[in-house]
Amino acid sequence: MENKATREIFPRDARKSYGLVELMKGSNPVVRKEPEDTVYTWPNLIMIELICALLVTAGLIILVQFVHAPLRSLADPSTTPNPMRAPWYFLGLQELLVYFDPWYAGVVLPGMIILGLMVFPYVDTNPKGIGYYTFSERKFAIFNYSFGFALWWVTIVIGTYLRGLDWQWYWPWSNHLEHMNPALVTLVPLHIVFVNLLHVSKDVAKGLCDTIFFAYFAIGMAIPYFFMRKFYDFLGRSRYLVFMFFFLSMMGVGLKIVLRLLFNIKYIVVTPWINV
Amino acid sequence: MLENMKGKIVRSQVFRSIFRHGFPDNDMNRAYTVFSNVFLHIHPVKVRRSALRMRYTFCLGGITLFLFIMLSVTGIWLMFYYTPYTGLAYNNIQDIQFVIFGGNLMRDLHRFAAHGMVLFVWLHMTRVFLTGAYKAPREFNWVVGVVLLVNTLVLSWTGYLLPWDQLAYWAVTVGTKMASYTPFIGQNGPWGAQLGFLPTNDIMFMLIGGTVVGQNALIRFYVLHCVVLPLVVTVFLAVHFWRIRKDGFSGPL
Ligand code: HEM
Repeated sequence: MENKATREIFPRDARKSYGLVELMKGSNPVVRKEPEDTVYTWPNLIMIELICALLVTAGLIILVQFVHAPLRSLADPSTTPNPMRAPWYFLGLQELLVYFDPWYAGVVLPGMIILGLMVFPYVDTNPKGIGYYTFSERKFAIFNYSFGFALWWVTIVIGTYLRGLDWQWYWPWSNHLEHMNPALVTLVPLHIVFVNLLHVSKDVAKGLCDTIFFAYFAIGMAIPYFFMRKFYDFLGRSRYLVFMFFFLSMMGVGLKIVLRLLFNIKYIVVTPWINV
Repeated sequence: MLENMKGKIVRSQVFRSIFRHGFPDNDMNRAYTVFSNVFLHIHPVKVRRSALRMRYTFCLGGITLFLFIMLSVTGIWLMFYYTPYTGLAYNNIQDIQFVIFGGNLMRDLHRFAAHGMVLFVWLHMTRVFLTGAYKAPREFNWVVGVVLLVNTLVLSWTGYLLPWDQLAYWAVTVGTKMASYTPFIGQNGPWGAQLGFLPTNDIMFMLIGGTVVGQNALIRFYVLHCVVLPLVVTVFLAVHFWRIRKDGFSGPL
């Protein structure tokens, strides 16, 4: 935009059919380039960077007058603090341990988060919205990013402020020194719910759970394929599969948390090796 | 008089041997200032006026970089007083806090710059996301960025162990225990035991050099924190900045 403005100050002479040289306002000749609205890095950009650096330094020095790096008692392998908190940036993962087994919450999910972030530019083929802030032109991409990081930050807040002894839920006004009665909630795998509810055998119920699990992915994959054909065609098959895999997995994490909180479901799928 | 002195300094052999150009008060010397200086030459000589707009980058990447530099400086300072030995580490930190002049300030700065770097790397990533700056042709630089993000987190976390207090010890004990749940190669993970992995040979053992967090873990984390990871970050930062130049900055046109 600003470029256009520059050009309009110096309109091409209407009587000329073409020209090899144009007269521009500026302090130096520009060769093989359109007139552009540039300034010298030194001092313009360097000064901004310097000011930023000074402000950050000042901010930090002021901050550490009020807060200090903690130092607890000497490491002691025989006394475990309760609750045991990870550093804040990993509290999201620690909180996920409430909802998933460690191999999933601690290893597979972090791996998937990293991979999911890495593939994002390759599955977001929307050509709009480069170089400026916009929400309306890329609602879906922004929804995905926000959903993932909302989950991240909400679990950090929960882990920091709402978890107490034995990693139980404590409100700020609860007594943080008294253990919660862990028997208050019993967690059950989904198939036990089905056994009680539908009066079917354990094996049938398990089969049902497996079916639900796979149906979630299958139907999830199928819906846009059949009903949002434009979206599918826009991405192409491999991008679509990769994107939908990460998308459904992310939504699945949210779903599982809801199921746990509302219905005390421990696992959806139970196998001899892994439970999800 | 001042002008005269400036002229003398700028023309002196010493000044010219260092800078190889005159005082940056004309465009040619402004250009030289940037591209004949090893630290400044990661910048283009000229930038679009609009790319300077603070409300586009909010300087977030630059602040992250600055925090990293600050962490390196304060970190090296701390290294002079710190011994990665379980019998001394905690005492060293206490000395830094209570005995050594300026120690408290340096330790606090190091700690909060680290928190800040984690926060700002995330803010920077969010800025890049919201301005669509990761889209073609800049996809790969986003991937490089994700590597930097992960490295930043791991750097922070390896540093967490070094004070060797209860907070450090247990956060790292619980964190590294996660490694033992890795499928296939962790003794507690799915198919780990079936594949013959024991507490003494699985991935967690490899990570901390023992079955529990102890001296071996401390020295590993120390080397990772003070040497390996900062080097990795530096290398990827070089790639990151190189790519910004090669792919072009996304800023408003
Ligand atoms: C140690 C961490 C990092 C440092 C020091 C860093 C530094 C920078 C700097 C100084 C810029 C120039 C523009 C600006 O200031 O915004 C930049 C641009 C960029 N960064 Fe980073 N960055 C880091 C991590 C990341 C991460 C985690 C991502 C994304 C996952 C990322 C993706 C990008 C991209 C795509 C650009 C180009 C932006 C454009 O053209 O508008 N960086 N980075």
